Amino acid sequence: MDFLNSFSLLLKGAGVTLYISGFSMLFGLAAGTAVGIMRVSRRKYLSIPAGCYVEFIRGTPLLVQIFLIYFGLPTLGFDIPADIAAILALTINSAAYVAEIVRAGIQSIGKGQFTASKSLGLNAFQTMTEIILPQAFRNTLPAIGNEFIALIKESSLISVIGIAELTRQGQFIISRTFMSFEIYAGVALIYFAMTFTISRIFRIIEKKVIVP
Amino acid sequence: MKKVTILISVFFWVAASIFGASLSEILEKGVLVMGTEATFPPFEFVNEKNEITGFDVEIGKALAEKLGVKLEVKDMAFDGLLPALNVGKFDIIIAGMTITDDRKKVVSFSDKYFEAGQAVVVNGNDKKYNSLQELSGKKVAVQAGTTGDLMISEVEGTDVIRFSKYTEAFLELSLKRVEAVVIDYSTAESYLKTNKKLSVASPILSEESYGIAIKKDNTDLLKAVNEFLKEFKDNGYDELNQKWFE
Repeated sequence: MDFLNSFSLLLKGAGVTLYISGFSMLFGLAAGTAVGIMRVSRRKYLSIPAGCYVEFIRGTPLLVQIFLIYFGLPTLGFDIPADIAAILALTINSAAYVAEIVRAGIQSIGKGQFTASKSLGLNAFQTMTEIILPQAFRNTLPAIGNEFIALIKESSLISVIGIAELTRQGQFIISRTFMSFEIYAGVALIYFAMTFTISRIFRIIEKKVIVP
Repeated sequence: MKKVTILISVFFWVAASIFGASLSEILEKGVLVMGTEATFPPFEFVNEKNEITGFDVEIGKALAEKLGVKLEVKDMAFDGLLPALNVGKFDIIIAGMTITDDRKKVVSFSDKYFEAGQAVVVNGNDKKYNSLQELSGKKVAVQAGTTGDLMISEVEGTDVIRFSKYTEAFLELSLKRVEAVVIDYSTAESYLKTNKKLSVASPILSEESYGIAIKKDNTDLLKAVNEFLKEFKDNGYDELNQKWFE
């Protein structure tokens, strides 16, 4: 009975983990794609800020970023609730990594593709959206899947600002029952179930879009 | 020049309204927000129904009741409590927090509401310590940022290993990877009920008082809290003490 109760509390925590990391994935993917495209732009006013963003976010710990957003923004007059702060921090963080993946993906497309598009009379925007990105997307799928899995695991850090996600729920139960090993094992299994599902979904998508 | 003065005063007015609610604002909102770190039984912990409860939470509830408002409890990492109070994430902290001079530099404390002390816990029951100095040269696990951490960190030559949860410190001790854990006596007592291998190996080594932390400039609220504590100690405190500690 106690076991079932603990398990259902952990699942509740897993729901919060999925909610926070799910939104962060979506926003991070969108923002990261934009930043990645900016990074390969020949226009300096696009590529330099994008480069700075990626370097700074990649070069500072996520935990510090979470504290900066949750405790720093209110001092500037923007008070945001903990879950929004968490999504914001994870989005900003994930976008930097996605940007690098997208940049690598774009650069993996042969120069001939750009030249060919130009000779067909496509403008820069059309070249990017219709020729380059679809191919880059296919090449970057494994790396994006990796990033999503990393994001789910890293989301455990948001427990420090009081979000009752999976890890924090585990800590709550441990502080009541003192069963550290059993509860952490359960927490690990649930994380694994989530990341393994993502991994499988990405394998299916990869198979669908593979070039024979 | 005048415009600038007005602008500045408006800025401070806005800033003051953002950073922490004064007593009148709390009464107006009808909610008192309390911050705590909910893995510290029996003071604060999450029960089977997924609610934060414990000795401190019931004190918070009694305080809110006296003010005629509702209590909202927010959980946060212990190290994050003071910063969060100061940026206005909550109005008070009741978290088994010892009143110390260093903490008093950043927040105000109410009169004490609980007397506690640190003790040394070891694996087995053959060793005894009469002071923290005797732990010099040994590996000691603590919960980061707690009084136990601050006290043992001042003892020269100790190798202090800091965990974010005290249960992790006890786990380290159970695995014999550290010599001892320095922790609040009452917490040790409740943990040792479930773990017969560990034992308390020292007398209570410090005199500490837990207080309710309030933002520095929030003097009205501080006054109200102290008034409440005075009344509560005569009426209600003993029952609460009995409920959670006996």
